[in-house]
Amino acid sequence: MSLAEHNVTAPKADEDAFKNDPTASLDGIRPKDVTAAAKALLKDSTTRGGGIQMQDVVKIYPGATKRALDDFNLDIKPGEMVVLLGGSGCGKSTALRSLAGLEDIQGGRILVGGQDVTGVPVNKREMAMVFQAYSLFPHMTAVENVEFGLEVRGVGRDERRKIAMEQLELVGLADQATKYTQQMSGGQQQRVALARALAIKPRVLLLDEPLSALDAKVRVQLRDEIRRIQLNTGTTTVFVTHDQEEALAVADRIGVMNHGRIEQIAAPQNLYQRPATEYVATFIGLTNRLPGVSNGEEAVVFGQRVPLLPNSKKGDLVAVLVRPENLTLKRTGETDSKVGEHARVEVIHFLGAVARVDCEISTGEYQHWNKGEQLKVTVQLPANELPAGLAVGDDVVVAPRPVAALAC
Amino acid sequence: MNATAESRESIEPTGTRPPQLRAARVRRQSVIKFVILFVTLAFLFVPLISMLVFTLRHPLSGRWSLAPWVAIFTGNGESLGADLTVLWQGLGASLALCAVTVVLMLLLMVPTMVIVHIRSKALERAIEWVATLPLTIPAIVLVVGLGPIYRWLSSSLLNTNPIWLCFAYVVLVMPFAFRAIAVGLNSIDVKTLVEASRSLGASWPKVFFRVIIPNLWQSILSASFISIAVVLGEYTVASLLGRMNLQVALYQLGQSNSQISTAMSLLALLFGVVLLVALDLISERVAKSKEGK
Repeated sequence: MSLAEHNVTAPKADEDAFKNDPTASLDGIRPKDVTAAAKALLKDSTTRGGGIQMQDVVKIYPGATKRALDDFNLDIKPGEMVVLLGGSGCGKSTALRSLAGLEDIQGGRILVGGQDVTGVPVNKREMAMVFQAYSLFPHMTAVENVEFGLEVRGVGRDERRKIAMEQLELVGLADQATKYTQQMSGGQQQRVALARALAIKPRVLLLDEPLSALDAKVRVQLRDEIRRIQLNTGTTTVFVTHDQEEALAVADRIGVMNHGRIEQIAAPQNLYQRPATEYVATFIGLTNRLPGVSNGEEAVVFGQRVPLLPNSKKGDLVAVLVRPENLTLKRTGETDSKVGEHARVEVIHFLGAVARVDCEISTGEYQHWNKGEQLKVTVQLPANELPAGLAVGDDVVVAPRPVAALAC
Repeated sequence: MNATAESRESIEPTGTRPPQLRAARVRRQSVIKFVILFVTLAFLFVPLISMLVFTLRHPLSGRWSLAPWVAIFTGNGESLGADLTVLWQGLGASLALCAVTVVLMLLLMVPTMVIVHIRSKALERAIEWVATLPLTIPAIVLVVGLGPIYRWLSSSLLNTNPIWLCFAYVVLVMPFAFRAIAVGLNSIDVKTLVEASRSLGASWPKVFFRVIIPNLWQSILSASFISIAVVLGEYTVASLLGRMNLQVALYQLGQSNSQISTAMSLLALLFGVVLLVALDLISERVAKSKEGK
């Protein structure tokens, strides 16, 4: 049973009892209220969730010439969920592992809740991590796994069993408590790993691509569950992934990483609509590189004036990065507008609510600019705006909308 | 054969033969299997059965008797004119050597292999190479090197007690122990388990005893049992270094009463077999209990 399916109506007095007395018993509370009481317990961890500052962190792996983290900076507010996103080898997992204390760093400082934890060993950092690889202890049952962190902290047997069961209930696996890892699916194992991490009420929860080994359907389910639990517990969370859809779905903010640094960190919508660099613009979502003339504030692309984002390049012939949905497409002859460029339809992808049309610009004017290749653009339209009867080979006019774009 | 039958014959794969032919083939195969099994078992058991017969039938008089076995189990070989003191000394030394060698081997190998497995794959290969060396160096060559060391140990540091053979035996069992532990380490994701437990707040001793050892115990058991079998059967090093152990005692006893000596060898062998069968049964039971719940 997932958290959302619970009826969270525990009497407030019970919740308060749990908040004020960590050793309070669950006896006498109706079974339905257990989750609410567990949540009350977990809510308490909000105060423990610390902000994170990683300042000028440098990490060089032995024998490597390049820095895995190159003056890496990251500032996370308490209770926030930040996703580090990037291609393989960009340093995102290294950043997470350095934060956890699993990697020694060669420079910089790491602060959690204002305390410098740079030299603090991993087991003293009060963080918990969920790994990409299945990391449950195979010789323990699910509930024993969840109890492990509490056992290490010297919590009594009954108390830790109670907390572990609450955590398993939180991830919807209370009925699987006595199962061993071999008897659980990948998704269940990662849920138990999440419960195990949350059981110790960590100051920071670290998720290192926890969903990448799961199949698509379970991945989406668990992704949403992680976000829901994170919002409920208020635990500061750092989530590493290479999957941009995952990042966009769960993050308060996304940090796009490249060459050991964060290129841009912003809310998902901002990151998509106002990318700061070419790498970010091309990494998140689809984008067209269109030739334009820029004065740094505005550019003219296919005869249309397009406002430019900060950091845009000036020049006579720059590349303006325009999202497919920020292009319009009309049949030739159906528009008398002077803006736009003639193109020929190459492929039409009908995707339900939207349609994506790949076109080739007919004029050879841009061929030189495009390294000798004919310029191609992708236009995305709401399905109902697709010209009726549009077919491959048709002549169309493509024009950008006046929506802010980046010139580079 | 008509046209339809011909075409069926031509499209049918060779696996779908008439049932009579198939049955004949299966019979032929089972006969071959039986013959191979019989020859193998005969090769293994004929010497053992011969040993058993030798202990029961006096080589000179041809009289059948249980006297050597009675002598071993009662501890009194006087009726056969044999002094069993040397046998008990050797057995005691070998059993003590088994225990000490296993403990030393585990203390040396398990932490080293775990740390190297987590930290450095290159070093792991180097250790594998070193651990395999004793297999490639004949025991007699090994003794040439060990001789002066043991002379110095006996005169300056320790004494001539056979228990100090444990150092040489740790080296001898290393290839077998290494293999057994390496199998265990490769079957679990040690690095992730260590990192997971460390991040949950566990100290290194806690990680080691609460996470690594329970997941490696089958390998540890296997390494220990194989080590015991090796130590119980070791003769060359002990004999050439002039120390007493079970095999040396058996050899000495064999000079005065070869029947008792052979009976004891059989018992030692049986003990080794029991250990290995026990290991197999325990592993099977554990695997079943985890999958069956």
